Amino acid sequence: MSHVPGLIQSIERSSAVLRLLAAGEDRLRVKEIADALGWPKSTAHGILRTLEHVGFVEQDPRTARYRLGRGLLDLASSGIDDNELRGRALNWADALAARSGEEARLGVLRDGQVLVVHHVFRPDDSLQNLGIGVRLPAHATALGKVLLAYHATAAAAVTAAGLDAYTRRTVTSRDVLRDDLAVTRARGWGLSVEEWRPGLAAVAAPVRTSGGLVVGAIGIAGPVERVTDTRRHPRPQLVDQVVAAARSISREVQS
Amino acid sequence: MASPERSGGDVVSYVLAIDQGTTSTRCILFDRRATVVSVVRAEHPQSYPRPGWVEHDAARIWRDLQKLIRRALREAGIGASEVAAIGIANQRETTVLWDRATGVPVAPAIVWQDTRTDVSHLDASFVQDRTGLPPATYFSATKIQWLLEHTPLLKERAERGEVLFGTMDSWLIWNMTGGLHITDVTNASRTMLMDLSSLDWDDELLAIFGIPRAMLPEIRSSSEVYGTADAVLPGVPIAAAIGDQSAALFGQTCFEPGEAKCTYGTGGFLLLNTGTTPVRSRHGLITTVGYRIGDEKPVFALEGSIAIAGSLVQWVRDGLGLIGTASEIETLAGTVTDNGGCYIVPAFSGLFAPYWHSEARGVIVGLTSYITKGHLARAVLEATGWQTRDVVDAMNADSGLALTALNVDGGMTADNLLMQIVADFLQVPVVRPMVAETVSLGAAYAAGLAVGYWSDLRDLRANRHRAGSWRPALDAGRREHEYANWRRAVECAVFFSRGDQDGLR
Repeated sequence: MSHVPGLIQSIERSSAVLRLLAAGEDRLRVKEIADALGWPKSTAHGILRTLEHVGFVEQDPRTARYRLGRGLLDLASSGIDDNELRGRALNWADALAARSGEEARLGVLRDGQVLVVHHVFRPDDSLQNLGIGVRLPAHATALGKVLLAYHATAAAAVTAAGLDAYTRRTVTSRDVLRDDLAVTRARGWGLSVEEWRPGLAAVAAPVRTSGGLVVGAIGIAGPVERVTDTRRHPRPQLVDQVVAAARSISREVQS
Repeated sequence: MASPERSGGDVVSYVLAIDQGTTSTRCILFDRRATVVSVVRAEHPQSYPRPGWVEHDAARIWRDLQKLIRRALREAGIGASEVAAIGIANQRETTVLWDRATGVPVAPAIVWQDTRTDVSHLDASFVQDRTGLPPATYFSATKIQWLLEHTPLLKERAERGEVLFGTMDSWLIWNMTGGLHITDVTNASRTMLMDLSSLDWDDELLAIFGIPRAMLPEIRSSSEVYGTADAVLPGVPIAAAIGDQSAALFGQTCFEPGEAKCTYGTGGFLLLNTGTTPVRSRHGLITTVGYRIGDEKPVFALEGSIAIAGSLVQWVRDGLGLIGTASEIETLAGTVTDNGGCYIVPAFSGLFAPYWHSEARGVIVGLTSYITKGHLARAVLEATGWQTRDVVDAMNADSGLALTALNVDGGMTADNLLMQIVADFLQVPVVRPMVAETVSLGAAYAAGLAVGYWSDLRDLRANRHRAGSWRPALDAGRREHEYANWRRAVECAVFFSRGDQDGLR
């Protein structure tokens, strides 16, 4: 087993495990994998556990043998089911709405739009409609800007398709959007002030799986006078709450 | 989590809720607005020494709790003096017997799910009339009896008052206070030893099970200062004990007759507040104590359970391998717009309220080549919806109250499609509160009320906010058509198991 300097050994080893599992018809034990690749059993075990964590291998609970995981069949997806994401976010989204006093939404990118996968009401007991399954324009919302900021191809496709105006403040210029997304990446949260609906402002932050992949965005939305100050900057306390909720959900998703 | 808030130099205090559950013990600190300040949790092992036996190590649970309380305070960055009160919610019926002198359990605790005991010899109507409970192995009475009969010299010692019984609330309070032996009326109502009219231990029942009165705790209300902690949180009042499902009813602030909650987990537990007089069920539901605040009148509840809810989804995941995680059932069900004519009756261990066919087994009916795994997933979620409807119908009939909304909590409330299905099938709005930890919150509320941390029920109600609600959207004709099909599917489950006995197969 040789290792080319400058390349990352654990990735080479992971690839070897995947090729080995893909080549054989039978499922393999840790010992068999270690023997085949000439590694100590503990090395094979560590690599397999990591690959299992990301969904690229699976272990049969009865025989303890390994095979290729379902995550490999579906590499184009984010690796986390929308409804699973909602389940993991449930407690944190509730806490975000309770603390901020505003409604909270969790969104994922779907066909260039934001698909709302979870919605928590504003805690004022007014009549509100559950907005799960609703699609929002990506370039006009805080959730969408966060999702586009970390997804260059989607951002390019959305821009190419044309940026519709929803209010007079909606970003319709390609260059302005590009700059906005760069700012969003740099500070780690996104903002939309009356860009989708007049009177409405929103703040959102990214939810990441292991490795840093952004799989969703969590945010709050409310009246512009509550969410922003007189200079139309978002209130720092709300930004902190949104970023903290995004971190907590990310931890939950990675565990 | 969040650091404690201080304003204007006032010391802000918190209420500590202990949720001693079947698989884990949790400690949660709540602030005055009923928001969670810290959560810590420890799982404890389930012991299955023989088929049908389930045991817990009560000493281990007490050790876990001491560590958890310290951790909860550390995570919140507060000291014992900032805890205004302690409230306990607990797994019901699980039976602990311990030595009064040493405080050591005399045997492993027998868990509510344990089926080693037998209730077939009991006069069911007498027991139900006296206690509100249809005889079942769940309840503590036969568990105590079993321990007394199977442990040498135990009965004699119990008669001399040397051995004490308690459910988990009693066991933890005994340890926390250094020897106070009490329980609350909601826990006592699940022993099958309490007279539901007098709210006291019943001598006839004690005689039937051969249980000496000397070993039983004093029955107190769910919300009053029982004593103060000495070991872990010196000087802090212990001010609530309440069975977990009652705690969820209280945490959901279902304070008015006709208000109900359903906790969806492995199974489902639906409790309906019926007010200050117990409603006797004609449909096999359980009459139980909802809560009692100090010396106010007790509030009663009807309880119905859905035996198989989340466990059906687990079966689809682990038994059939159709999904990788439980949440994916919704994704799979979302691939189709209806059940395609397919119905699943998950009578894995019989049909319970309101059918009562213990011999029935599950069926999947309506299969055609059109049916995909998406239709099966839909039928899985619909089975939980229809079971909820069956229990609600029975409750409405027994209580004469028509349910106007269902408050939900528990893990399965993350399933948006399921919640919509429940709203559609019940034809009432389904409401999810913002605090998901309703069991712990109920214990915190009951304790906070007793020490004046919250002033009254209105004060508690003000903390309640809707996190989400689902409104019924299914056309009435379609709903009744589907319901008729479900009832026929249930008949199939009963018919199929009957064939086994009559030789019809």
